Amino acid sequence: MRAQRILKVVSGVVGIVVTFGLFVVPFIFIALTAVKSRAEAGLLEFSLPREGYFFMENLTQVIEAREFMLVRAFWNSTVLTAASVALMVIAGAMIAFVLQRRKSRWTGLINALVLAGLIIPPAVVPTIWVMQGLGLFKTLHGLIFIEVAFGIAFCILLFRAFIATIPRELDEAAVIDGAGPIRLFFQVIFPLLRSVIFTVVILQSIFVFNDFQNPLYFLPGDQNATVQLTLFNFQSQFLTAFNLLFMNILIITIPMLVLFLFFNKRIVEGMTAGAVKG
Amino acid sequence: MWFLIPGAVIYLVLFIFPTIASLFFSLTRWTLFDAQFIGLDNYTQFFSERFLVQGLYNTVFYAFFTSGTKVVLGMLLALWLTGRVFGQGYLRAVIFFPVLVSTIGVGITFKVLMDPFDGLINGSLTVFGVEGPLWLADPDTALLSIALVDLWKGVGIATVIYIAGLSAIPQEYNEAATVDGASGFRRFKEITFPLLMPATSTVIILSLIGGLRSFDLIWAMTKGGPGFASDVMASMIFKQYQAGFYGLSTAGNVVLFVLVAVIIYPLSRYLNKKTVEL
Repeated sequence: MRAQRILKVVSGVVGIVVTFGLFVVPFIFIALTAVKSRAEAGLLEFSLPREGYFFMENLTQVIEAREFMLVRAFWNSTVLTAASVALMVIAGAMIAFVLQRRKSRWTGLINALVLAGLIIPPAVVPTIWVMQGLGLFKTLHGLIFIEVAFGIAFCILLFRAFIATIPRELDEAAVIDGAGPIRLFFQVIFPLLRSVIFTVVILQSIFVFNDFQNPLYFLPGDQNATVQLTLFNFQSQFLTAFNLLFMNILIITIPMLVLFLFFNKRIVEGMTAGAVKG
Repeated sequence: MWFLIPGAVIYLVLFIFPTIASLFFSLTRWTLFDAQFIGLDNYTQFFSERFLVQGLYNTVFYAFFTSGTKVVLGMLLALWLTGRVFGQGYLRAVIFFPVLVSTIGVGITFKVLMDPFDGLINGSLTVFGVEGPLWLADPDTALLSIALVDLWKGVGIATVIYIAGLSAIPQEYNEAATVDGASGFRRFKEITFPLLMPATSTVIILSLIGGLRSFDLIWAMTKGGPGFASDVMASMIFKQYQAGFYGLSTAGNVVLFVLVAVIIYPLSRYLNKKTVEL
């Protein structure tokens, strides 16, 4: 038993050293390069800055680049994330409620469609064609609807599993007390979903905020760029200014780090629950 | 029933309808305004261009490589991290965190770290007297290099799914087997591995779907280069779209869709059959 205990400590220490090299060093590299001078960052070295720290200078330069493009991008990404996540949570919960509580001959078909949404890669150009027909192409609200369309299946799955655990008697009691379907859903069921909603909001916010492919296709143009697109575009523009490029990466990584420090458990639980149910 | 409407409208109009429409448009020469029916020409062209076939092969390789390595590493890490190892909390957190970070940011960072001459990775290898490969610059290793970064970013999700799966296995099974004198390996083979099948199946399916559709990381790191060495279906669909070959791009989409369906559907049925109930 003693030998086993020692083995666990030793393997833990070895693991800490190895994971430090593999997983922590890249982030330290990002942070170090972000505060270096332009010339020094260009050497791509993993070292403390020798020419001094340029945190504020680099930060201001990145923010001011291309007429405050990053600020606009953050605004766009925030609007996109908040609106699409709010929409898919509400619409998703409503669908999940119907699927779980009102079995009909459509239930099977709807379930199949939901599953298809998790598996099928979206058809890009036909989607653009539809969006153009509706005047949604190259608009932020168009992209919001796209994120909802591609993300709602996952929400439905998580909500449905959770609603299954809410006793039916609760619905019945509410109906006997005279609640219509709208009041039943929004005043009885929806508040009970609070914890799973919280999980879904965090997970989908991370997905939407980090999404690159959909903004690239459906919201082209510098004026509308989201954070991820801005980063991608800066890659060619800052080819000789790695300090600014990595400052940009640092800026978009920090929100995730903060989120992770606060909601570590929730995020991990949500991701496993979502994965297993999918 | 009208509860379904908000979600259903968005989902049907922006996801299901374009998917169905893609079957038709893939048979046309298409300018978005005008579609001229040309039968299977797009598909013939697709399968006769050498680099497009290469991309198809790359997609399958990439998906199976990342999926296979995530299963093996995820399972090993989870077994290790559920054994009350020293530093467990830190280790879990640090392995999981990259899942949350922007794929574009990770891609750019590793592009710099994998620089054949100035990059940190080859720099570190030189210290150990190993001459590092050219990574992204060499057509033979470019795709593999990206797949390794994908593994780095995604192994955390596989690990947490396996950790959840492991903690669902009742302790008594292993204790009883130990009393009966089963060795550690035997216990893994006869108890843990079969009972982990739901987790394994989830990790395989999830990572295969993700791998077959992957775009962001490849686009951020090589854009499919050098040449077409690291092109996959998703990046070719984008390139054909950029070049204005909408019909061909849509045909690529349909090929990807069929590829995903042909791999995922039988596989998930097979894995479900293998799953034993606790």
